[in-house]
Amino acid sequence: MRVVVVSVFTTTALLAQQSALDPAGANATAIRDLGAFFLGLLGLIFLMVIVLALIPLTGRHHGIEQEPLARTHRPSERTESKLGTAVGFATAITIVILIGLVIVSVSVGKSAIGTLDRTHSLVIEITGNQWWWYIRYPNDNASLIVVTANELHIPIGRPVMIRGTSNDVIHSFWVPNLQGKRDLIPSRVTTEWFQADRPGRFRGQCAEFCGLQHAHMGLWVVAEPPDQFEKWMAHQREAAVPPSDRVKQRGQEVFLGAACVLCHAIQGTSAAAQMGPDLTHFGSRSTIAAGTLPNNKGNLAGWIADPQNVKPGTHMATVPIKAEDIQPLIEYLESLQ
Amino acid sequence: MRFFACCFLIAVTGCQRERRDLRPAPPDTALLGIASRQSELEPGGPQSQPSASNPFHGNAFAISEGQRLFGWYNCSGCHANGGGGIGPPLIKQEWTYGGEPSNLFDTIVKGRPNGMPTWGGRIPEYQVWQLVSYIQSLNNQQPKAATAVRVDILQTDPHTIITRQEESK
Repeated sequence: MRVVVVSVFTTTALLAQQSALDPAGANATAIRDLGAFFLGLLGLIFLMVIVLALIPLTGRHHGIEQEPLARTHRPSERTESKLGTAVGFATAITIVILIGLVIVSVSVGKSAIGTLDRTHSLVIEITGNQWWWYIRYPNDNASLIVVTANELHIPIGRPVMIRGTSNDVIHSFWVPNLQGKRDLIPSRVTTEWFQADRPGRFRGQCAEFCGLQHAHMGLWVVAEPPDQFEKWMAHQREAAVPPSDRVKQRGQEVFLGAACVLCHAIQGTSAAAQMGPDLTHFGSRSTIAAGTLPNNKGNLAGWIADPQNVKPGTHMATVPIKAEDIQPLIEYLESLQ
Repeated sequence: MRFFACCFLIAVTGCQRERRDLRPAPPDTALLGIASRQSELEPGGPQSQPSASNPFHGNAFAISEGQRLFGWYNCSGCHANGGGGIGPPLIKQEWTYGGEPSNLFDTIVKGRPNGMPTWGGRIPEYQVWQLVSYIQSLNNQQPKAATAVRVDILQTDPHTIITRQEESK
């Protein structure tokens, strides 16, 4: 029950930061304007149709002679040709408008991406998993590679190229404030370009139904000034901070001795598995379980003790951990700034 | 028509194939390591044997989860996709340490000499049973209805290795 209350509360708070109507980049602005154009034009046509449909209700029939249907079962030839002209004209204008809208839509889609200067872009690899996001900042120098999960940091004013794929089923990468949807397809690489023009925190969401916890497959994009971004990158490259006291020491022992270590990695320890999110800098992330809950000690305890309660169907295993070991484990994980 | 609808409902609800226990029962830790025994001899006379049967028998979800874990926990690193490599094959009739579900459970939990790691205490009990279910499905020991028609890594058809062996005898 508490989890439900918490998630309802956080969800309403998050909605403000996930909106296609509040663009933070050229792509999203073009998409928003296109949507406004469609809404305006089609709204106008809708109003015209309503008005035209209301005119006959005034009861005055000009031009078209209506004959009693009971006698002939057919309108006269003159009426029929008039009706035919009207329907033909309406069909033709509908086709013209639809083709026009397709042209506008496609050209906006092309130009929105084409205006970005790709020469100094930042490449980020995103892999969809049931139900979280693996994020990697590739680099030719292996020691400069950054691996994280569910929280993407990008510099403002610099084009970002997403190279996306999936480990299991089709997912879709979608941050409404920054770009349109881009599917992540197993054994294929899809690319997406966007640029954030102002700093902010924007929520993203998987936009292709991918199983039980599709709705709880969120991610956060943190757009920040380049110097802050570089600072973040430098910090992410460091190994995890070693435990500073006895409790955290015990927490690390619990982590390395339990099933956690079979799926998660913490750089600087013997944990190196890549099946679950990398936890090297877990404490610095704002949410747990892919945007499902705010990252704090209480939520983390609930998540570790009974993941299936928070996110039914998640691949996070229900690991039997002794009650007295949970607190040290949480203290340790939250210390991984 | 109503008769057929009733039959359909009974067939669907009476079937364990699609059942998903998202919140598995707490582990029966007393079971770990003593699910089955290798020797008939026991000091002090026979003692009561804890019963160990696969709780997920015939469950398609458990089999597919087992297949996922088989990859995640790198069982394939030694056993390949069931055909064996560094470790022995898992599709066979003669099992060194017994081929019953409880034997497979024990082998995973305890580990075996010459390289099989001890997984007991590392992975939760329900995941061990899911792995057992998957290994059984490789050996045609799970109901056909629960086994995937096409396993992602193996082409299964009625003529598995075992039935071919039987035919060649």
